[in-house]
Amino acid sequence: MSTAIKEIKKTRPVKPLDPEKIKQELLAKYPPKVARKRSKQILVNKKDEDGKIPSIGANVRTVPGIITQRGCSYAGCKGVILGPTRDIVNITHGPIGCGFYSWLTRRNQTRPASDQDDNFMTYCFSTDMQDEDIVFGGEKKLKSAIQEAYDAFKPKAISIFSTCPVGLIGDDVHAVAREMKEKLGINIFGFSCEGYRGVSQSAGHHIANNGIFTHVVGKDDTIKDADYKINLLGEYNIGGDGFEIDRILDACGISVVSTFSGNSTYDQFANSHTADLNTVMCHRSINYVADMMELKYGIPWIKINFIGAKSTAKSLRKIAAYFDEPALIKKVEMVIEREMPEVEAVSEDVKKRCEGKVAMLFVGGSRAHHYQELFREIGMKTVSAGYEFAHRDDYEGRAVIPDIKIDADSRNIEELDIEKDPEKYRPRKTPEEMASLANKGVPFKKYDGMMPEMAEGSLIIDDVSQYETELLLKIYKPDIYCAGIKEKYAIQKSGIPMKQLHSYDSGGPYAGFKGAINFYKEIDRMVNSNVWRFLEAPWQSHPELSAKYVWE
Amino acid sequence: MLLRHTNTEIKPRKALTVNPAKTCQPIGAMYAALGIHNCLPHSHGSQGCCAYHRSTLTRHFREPVMAATSSFTEGSSVFGGQANLIQAIDNIFTTYAPDIIAVHTTCLSETIGDDVNQIANKAKKDGKIPKGKHVIHASTPSYVGSHVTGFSNMTKAMVTYFSECTGKPNGKFNIIPGFVEPSDMSEIKRMVKAMGIKPILFPDTSNVLNGPQTGRYKMFPQGGITEAELVSTGDSEGTIALGPLASADAARALDTKWRVPCQVQDLPIGLSATDRFIDALRIVAGVSVPDEITRERGQLLDVITDMHQYFYHKKVALAGDPDHLIPLVEFLVSIDMLPVHIVTGTPGKAFEKRIKELTDHLPCPVNVKVGGDMFLLHQWIKNDPVDLLIANTYGKYMARDDDIPFARFGFPILDRVGHSYFPTVGYMGGIRILEKILDVMMDRMDRDAPEESFELVM
Ligand code: SF4
Ligand code: SF4
Repeated sequence: MSTAIKEIKKTRPVKPLDPEKIKQELLAKYPPKVARKRSKQILVNKKDEDGKIPSIGANVRTVPGIITQRGCSYAGCKGVILGPTRDIVNITHGPIGCGFYSWLTRRNQTRPASDQDDNFMTYCFSTDMQDEDIVFGGEKKLKSAIQEAYDAFKPKAISIFSTCPVGLIGDDVHAVAREMKEKLGINIFGFSCEGYRGVSQSAGHHIANNGIFTHVVGKDDTIKDADYKINLLGEYNIGGDGFEIDRILDACGISVVSTFSGNSTYDQFANSHTADLNTVMCHRSINYVADMMELKYGIPWIKINFIGAKSTAKSLRKIAAYFDEPALIKKVEMVIEREMPEVEAVSEDVKKRCEGKVAMLFVGGSRAHHYQELFREIGMKTVSAGYEFAHRDDYEGRAVIPDIKIDADSRNIEELDIEKDPEKYRPRKTPEEMASLANKGVPFKKYDGMMPEMAEGSLIIDDVSQYETELLLKIYKPDIYCAGIKEKYAIQKSGIPMKQLHSYDSGGPYAGFKGAINFYKEIDRMVNSNVWRFLEAPWQSHPELSAKYVWE
Repeated sequence: MLLRHTNTEIKPRKALTVNPAKTCQPIGAMYAALGIHNCLPHSHGSQGCCAYHRSTLTRHFREPVMAATSSFTEGSSVFGGQANLIQAIDNIFTTYAPDIIAVHTTCLSETIGDDVNQIANKAKKDGKIPKGKHVIHASTPSYVGSHVTGFSNMTKAMVTYFSECTGKPNGKFNIIPGFVEPSDMSEIKRMVKAMGIKPILFPDTSNVLNGPQTGRYKMFPQGGITEAELVSTGDSEGTIALGPLASADAARALDTKWRVPCQVQDLPIGLSATDRFIDALRIVAGVSVPDEITRERGQLLDVITDMHQYFYHKKVALAGDPDHLIPLVEFLVSIDMLPVHIVTGTPGKAFEKRIKELTDHLPCPVNVKVGGDMFLLHQWIKNDPVDLLIANTYGKYMARDDDIPFARFGFPILDRVGHSYFPTVGYMGGIRILEKILDVMMDRMDRDAPEESFELVM
């Protein structure tokens, strides 16, 4: 076997690694101040005598120069949350780049009901600010841009996204929005999602969700004539995940009023307060919306997870338990029973080739947790994981929320003051019913985070840097590494397959039952690919000519 | 229909850009800086810009694109980013150990008015820049110009920061290749060397952004122009700048700084522009053109003759960058195609004039717009349909909606490979352009032909 392959693939340490030592190794090269800071964000997953997990530094500023995975608030607001909504004209107010880069690059799939329905997702709208707009202010140009967008497209709503310079020169996008709303008679709203707000995309999620909650939710009170009405919060329909989830829910007879925000429309948001249960998929990007909806409209919420076949089954059962009707419970069991055999057949087969292999996941605000489930189902273990932009509660569970310190960066993200809506608040269950359901194990407002589910001794790293990534690859020699596009090729050039868990490398869906099958097969393909056998040319593995070649 | 809201009624727009045909300065600066050996690009601003630029370059090249950011927070945008940049410089040299950090600004740091030079000097005074290492910088506000401008500014910075003149000529020629693919950069080098001329080509992303899979990742790959070569550009015989928008400023800076004479040429795309490039090389270096190059020219000409029936009077719509579009339109005209709708998002008055000169004898009206966007291009196409669309990947939506044969060309290309390995410059690159055009147009003929006239031999 060639030396490079030996070096890279086959020398996975036999002795268990000492994670504390690895942590020290990761920090050794940094300047002392940086090492101190990073040391709070890197920790060994270990419960103390009282069974308590350690606390991690998360949602804190990235060290300048460190080469981070993170993006900005604008990306979280415009790209992640509003990106998948098809019928709002989203105008980026700023110079051209921010709008250009967020144009269609997130793989949110959408399925308008007909060819006549609005779909602006393939379009990029920008005010393309110029020198003079920066000097003299861009409000005039923004107004004209809104007018021109209205004239050309007649959308039902227009929203405005502020990029960094806009905040700095003091353009009041909200005032412009109000003025143009008045003038044009359609809903127009702005977001102060300048990239410097907060410390990552997460701030932008919050700003976006606050905006949608304030300006859209609650505008349409029509109660849909359907059974078991839920909202699916924090599901973005990357690679068609949402379609697969919809298929399953539909088979169970559960009706989705709105999804925040995969395959979504303005009208769905407006009507979302009529649902009877909120289910939260990505806790990080949206748990506060669930809280606000409960406070204002009386909709209880539970955490669910449709990544992983077993988690999918479990989530369906949670929803059924909430509605507590035998017909639904039966139907859900039927669906699970119908779907599982195929899933199990594939996972058993794939397991033969993947069992015991090792994965690492550094991505997002929930995926680094959720996807461990899928790896587990094919016998792979996750030795190290972390989020790109999650908060402490996503690592340690919601119990820590009261202890989270509010720092200067979080303080400038607005928290809405929510009260019961005098007309629209409608408790879905009586307090007694809620208590009884909770007793029966319906986990209201509960999320335990990533760490309790991970093995003792695994390494948890928040906001991992490029440098740490490279060291981790050398030390652990994982069989697969999961992150995003910026990390992808450095990892693959190290001879290790890399799976993108933002864009799925154009694959998917990976949610639900069919998605699980897709994922098992994909990982099988990747970790057992032939390509890694060819890293060296014959003359590299046998460089010396031992004797003169004898022609036959 | 994916672009279902695009209609034929063209209303003038003054404020709203829809589906841009350009992007922002820093991505060009980052790309140029990656063409310096042992150099880490650094984005001085909020971290989102850097994430976006890295992502887009990564998707285009399918290669690692490393760059750091100053990660501005609200505080830095009020008080300026000096502390962030100095800390970044310290961290980068300590952790990643490049020889050079190439800083470009963003809209934010430009609007604040950070003085990167002064900050770098302070970093030096504070001992944060190890001996023999450098921090260079280019100012790249995105509310001016486009990605091409950013490339130009960073390329110029290479001259400003590094070029020296010892008075002893090095016998070489500086070649500034413009905002082209790594494959194009190697092809330009190959042609120049074939002429018996020693080039200093900068920036040079070949072997950086089309690197091999070896199983061993190196943050700083083999390629890239070295610092020593950049220093030596002041001793060169002359400079040939390819693509006026991307390369002329650096060439002129060398002329001003060290009196290195320069010539600004179009990018050598297609027959005539490559002719001019080769001829210019021949004249300035006083060499004769080797048979190898003349043969390649003949081969390109041969393909044109052989396939002329498929080109003749076919209408083409194009979106892209001025430096590419000018020689490309010239090429299409020279093979008797009809480029009828042409937009670039990159500003610059010269473009419309050049295009009009190139197309004014065509037997049909020609639409051209500087500062245009793909929405306008699509509207033009709907009013006056074309046989071929040439654009970056974003063109695929128009191509699908209106069933137009589509050849990908330019930046970014997010859905196909090949561009970073196979050049489109020079005579051989010309053949590749024709191959791409013919492939998509002839696939369409095959698809649409009635069974009785479905041709085996074409
Ligand atoms: S803020 Fe400016 S530099 Fe940053 S992505 Fe936007 S346009 Fe580009
Ligand atoms: S300029 Fe600001 S908003 Fe735009 S990409 Fe950069 S960080 Fe994000």
